[in-house]
Amino acid sequence: MAFLRNLGLVVLTIAVLAGWVALPWPGAVAIAVLLALWMVLTRRGRQAGSVTSVGISTLQQRLGSSAVIVVGIAGVVAVLVALLAMAEGYGQTLRATGSNDTAVVMRGASASEVMSVLDHNSVTLISQAPGIARDAKGEPLASAEVVVAANLPVKKGGPDEEGSVQLRGVGEQAFLIRPNVKIIDGQRFQPGLRELIVGKGAAKQFRGLVPGHEVRLGSQVWKVAGVFASGDAMESEIWADANVVADTYRRGSSRASVTVRLADPQAFKAFKTALEADPQLKVDASTTLDYYSKQSEKMTQLIRIIGITVGVIMAIGAMFGALNTMFAAVATRAREIATLRAIGFPGLPVVVAVMLETMLLALIGGVFGGLLAWAIFNGYSASTLAAGTVGQLSFELKVTPALLWTGLKWALAIGFIGGLFPAVRAARLPVTTALREL
Amino acid sequence: MKYLHLVWASLFRRKTRTILTLVSIIAAFLLFGLLDAVRTSFNEAGQSANGAQRLQTGSKLSFIQTLPLSLYAQIQQVPGVKNATYANWFGGAYQDPHNQVFSFAVAPNYLDLYPEVETSAAERKAFDSTRIGALVGEKLMQRFKWKVGDTIPLQSTIFPDREGSKNWKFQIVGVLRAKDKKTGGFFDQMFLLNWKYFDDTTPYNRGQVGWYVTRVADVNQADRIAKAIDALSANSDHETRTQTEQAATASWMKQLADIGFIVASIMGAVFFTLLLLAGNTMMQAVRERTSELAVLKTIGFSNGSVLAMVLAESVLLLALGGLIGMGLAVLIVPLVSGASGGMLNLPTVGRDSWLLGLSLMLLFGAMVGALPARSAMRLKIVDALAGR
Repeated sequence: MAFLRNLGLVVLTIAVLAGWVALPWPGAVAIAVLLALWMVLTRRGRQAGSVTSVGISTLQQRLGSSAVIVVGIAGVVAVLVALLAMAEGYGQTLRATGSNDTAVVMRGASASEVMSVLDHNSVTLISQAPGIARDAKGEPLASAEVVVAANLPVKKGGPDEEGSVQLRGVGEQAFLIRPNVKIIDGQRFQPGLRELIVGKGAAKQFRGLVPGHEVRLGSQVWKVAGVFASGDAMESEIWADANVVADTYRRGSSRASVTVRLADPQAFKAFKTALEADPQLKVDASTTLDYYSKQSEKMTQLIRIIGITVGVIMAIGAMFGALNTMFAAVATRAREIATLRAIGFPGLPVVVAVMLETMLLALIGGVFGGLLAWAIFNGYSASTLAAGTVGQLSFELKVTPALLWTGLKWALAIGFIGGLFPAVRAARLPVTTALREL
Repeated sequence: MKYLHLVWASLFRRKTRTILTLVSIIAAFLLFGLLDAVRTSFNEAGQSANGAQRLQTGSKLSFIQTLPLSLYAQIQQVPGVKNATYANWFGGAYQDPHNQVFSFAVAPNYLDLYPEVETSAAERKAFDSTRIGALVGEKLMQRFKWKVGDTIPLQSTIFPDREGSKNWKFQIVGVLRAKDKKTGGFFDQMFLLNWKYFDDTTPYNRGQVGWYVTRVADVNQADRIAKAIDALSANSDHETRTQTEQAATASWMKQLADIGFIVASIMGAVFFTLLLLAGNTMMQAVRERTSELAVLKTIGFSNGSVLAMVLAESVLLLALGGLIGMGLAVLIVPLVSGASGGMLNLPTVGRDSWLLGLSLMLLFGAMVGALPARSAMRLKIVDALAGR
């Protein structure tokens, strides 16, 4: 019988957790409101309320052991939120790079721009395809670009240490196609000269990327003309004139990709079909939004899986900490609870009271952990070798409200399990033995 | 040691509490075992004795830039160079362009420079004589369920053949096995094809080489030889940069992620919580037992031995949980690697991780036990027995 009851409890816990994971925040608010109504309006509820207030008023005496719950859960939430914020920041940076009304064309079956080669003929044909927006002079807004890697000395590291940065040779139209690219220091490079503009993120990471300075890429000396900001993955790149880059890297008249601005997002379909129908071309076109989302997919997923795995293991630790504390709390209050039962309180208010107390502590821990993660890691810059590029991508961790909510959900779930079993034990305590116990 | 059973008995005086605490400690050290294994694998990448003897020479401009084959003869002439080989990045992918495979087009003597990779002489011979032959890492074979003798299509995400098609055909002629699983894990994932076939087939390469690998006779000469190799191409349009394999790998790993920092932050949070939790348990345990401790003192246990016993109890608690946790990590690591089908290749918990873990257990045990042990030592028999 006892075994069946315990089994039932475990099944109930799993069911509640499953429902809880899927619950959006309005659902949680609704549950909280219902609970509050029950506690105010019904007799049982008021009983539960008074037992809870007794428990909470004695919290001060158990400060040390209660702190175990708060700190334990804060730790779980902080680590979980920080890791998820990393995935979020990485994904957002790459997704922001793409849009619906620009498209990138590469040679067929190329996984990324660096791996693609388009000959001069293809480049010309692509820029003549229908659906491309035109500038004031009637020229199509298409930028044939060379994407290569360059080694530069890194700031954080030994004197001989070099990192890889993505160098993009762009056409004149590149700035019209990507209006979010703004020069924030210095000026644009002069076409035909060995001049660079460097992204804000790249400037932060590599040494010597200051306007007016000269840097060596291989055996060639380039002048840094300016720094640009774009708020996306482009910021981790350095840009120069496509012809000069192609010359330096012996690419001749071939290019890696063509980026175009579409007349409007609906024009993409016509653009793509036209390219596919052309027998002279073997290319793949995708909107930049699609392209960059796909690039970020695997990495964000990987970081998320790591975050959740670490979170689950930590949560197990914290949960058992909470169980421990609450079992101890119930044990020290055994007489008090038994007295309540003896004078006629039913089991339910006792269960609710213990659960509420634990979940309150868990909530405090969750809020605390979330705030901690937000204070330390929101906007924290990290970098990695991004999938599909040949340079370092710098991005900022983003602690979004949605992530904070996820953290709170985890906290409450840990509190729920940590409180449930001690609560049930408290309610089942045989009154006579508990009263005799010292 | 003779009090071990006494310490053990007092540890399990309250079974529920001790077991609950143990589970928390197990979780913490399980996480530690997993994360530290990842961290050491990042740090140790390329740090084998064989790796120290190898130099990698790539274009100074960037790693995607190629070098002329003419350098090969010159590099072999550099004094102190024992052997040299070259390879190209092939950029292979199986079935889906996003399903990337580490594939290199390599010179016939490539494997001579990698004695840590095992292949049978017959397989090496088959590789040399089969134009479209390929040697494939053990794990990669498992991942895609290939067998020796299979002819498989592999698309190159970079190089088309003469007809412009990027679907290449390869015949698997042998398996690459890493002799030492710890340092050679990378070779289990590799796909090697004949450089000659590659260069003949694609119109895009034309006798270019991605990078050279050199084996030096004397490790202490590595720096001098690296400089000598770079001097060969100084002021040409294809300047090179030569590094030891160790340095090159370390720099890649560092660019990938600052693993040390991430692991340290997570473990900091975990262990801080753990200290609080285990400390609380020990406090409770000692508080509950004041009268028992007083009895011990009455029958002649000195203050010092009571202190030692409480400390021993907390160290035992931490060590027990820690050992189970790290043991679990050892069990789980291969399961995770297996379940991911070779996608994730976690290393096993190494000796250094064990040493670090053990010292952490002792340290935390002592820290957790310090306060309760001190109060147990200072206990006045009269007060404790009177329940004051």
